[in-house]
Amino acid sequence: MNVPVTSLRQVGKSQAAWFAGVAVALVAWFAIYGQLPALARWLVARMPIEQGSPLMTSIEFFFYDTPKVLMLLTLVVFAMGVVRSFFSPERTRALLAGKREGLGNIAAAHLGVVTPFCSCSAVPLFVGFVSAGVPLGVTFSFLIAAPMINEVALGLLFALVGWKVALTYLVFGLSVAIVAGWVIGRLHLEGWLEPWVREVRAGALEPEADHCTWIDRFEAGWDAVKEIVGKVWIWLIAGIGAGAFIHGYVPATLLSGIMGGNAWWSVPAAVVVGIPLYSNAAGIIPVVEALLSKGAALGTVLAFMMSVIALSLPEMIILRKVLSLKLIAVFIAVVALGILGVGYLFNALYS
Amino acid sequence: MKDVKVLGPGCKRCQATQAMVEAAARDLGLEVAVEKVTDYAEMAKYGILATPGIVIDGKVVHSGGLPREEDVRRWLQA
Repeated sequence: MNVPVTSLRQVGKSQAAWFAGVAVALVAWFAIYGQLPALARWLVARMPIEQGSPLMTSIEFFFYDTPKVLMLLTLVVFAMGVVRSFFSPERTRALLAGKREGLGNIAAAHLGVVTPFCSCSAVPLFVGFVSAGVPLGVTFSFLIAAPMINEVALGLLFALVGWKVALTYLVFGLSVAIVAGWVIGRLHLEGWLEPWVREVRAGALEPEADHCTWIDRFEAGWDAVKEIVGKVWIWLIAGIGAGAFIHGYVPATLLSGIMGGNAWWSVPAAVVVGIPLYSNAAGIIPVVEALLSKGAALGTVLAFMMSVIALSLPEMIILRKVLSLKLIAVFIAVVALGILGVGYLFNALYS
Repeated sequence: MKDVKVLGPGCKRCQATQAMVEAAARDLGLEVAVEKVTDYAEMAKYGILATPGIVIDGKVVHSGGLPREEDVRRWLQA
């Protein structure tokens, strides 16, 4: 009878250790984070560069932004890793199966933000949803929201650019996913799926019982940090490099001319340029930060960012396995139109 | 002999999962037949939503992400 009690105690102990460790790490994080601007200035002052020159501005931006963004990314990814341990694709499907359109689209878009999802699972997920009776349009709302509202991008926007822009990104990303999914559902395009998808009757897999302890959740957070930060740091540094260049060398008048609110063609141009560009969400944020500080219009920048993140060629190639080319074209068109609308609306609202 | 299927389109994690299953079986001295399933229609029949998935003797024991080593051993011994 003693065994379960001691093992329970051990769990309690290591759980306490995790909580304490996370608390200490958080305090250290904020202490270091607060010192970063001073550190960057100190480093730049030691270099043989003329004060106030464009090179100096660029280098200071780089020295300040690199540790800042890496630290922020670590914090955001850890938090999201913990949040995501509460969700699984199986549970999400159980929640969405049999939901009607409309409400179902809204629920699917929100679940798309928090459900763990990787693009190599897009096909099994799509087939699993559709064959379990999740309506096609609702499935699309999920598939659009999942990559478009990237939790890393959201966290970084919040920290680097401010809560207003982050919230706007979230609200409009959700709106595009909801409306685009609803439109696709209304068009009744089930016949444009690849034939085998319609025939498959998936075995119903019961959603697994939730036996996660807090230790598991913290470990999931830490695993996410190792995996995502380990993968995107190089994109980030490239993005910060591009941002630093914009910051130091690109004159504000040039950008506000091209990407300002007055040029009507800037929004579609941003979307078109963004489709073939495929960057990690983390890499694009430093560029967004720099563009905004140089007077580019918010709607144009957000349109560019969403187009880069949400419409990616590799994902289309994977989805070709289940969707006919016609359906992929509709998908791209509906999402691109949604992003365009967001871009214009924003430029109108914030100018 | 256990019949193990690793479900996945051939991404990095799927390969890592297969290697884990094979290594664990060797360690435990179990004889297993490991088969890789890369066909999406075949995968869909098992109802998994995320890859890689592991099916042992027709039963889905895991789906989505790398499994833990201790879990793999437990499933193989069950």
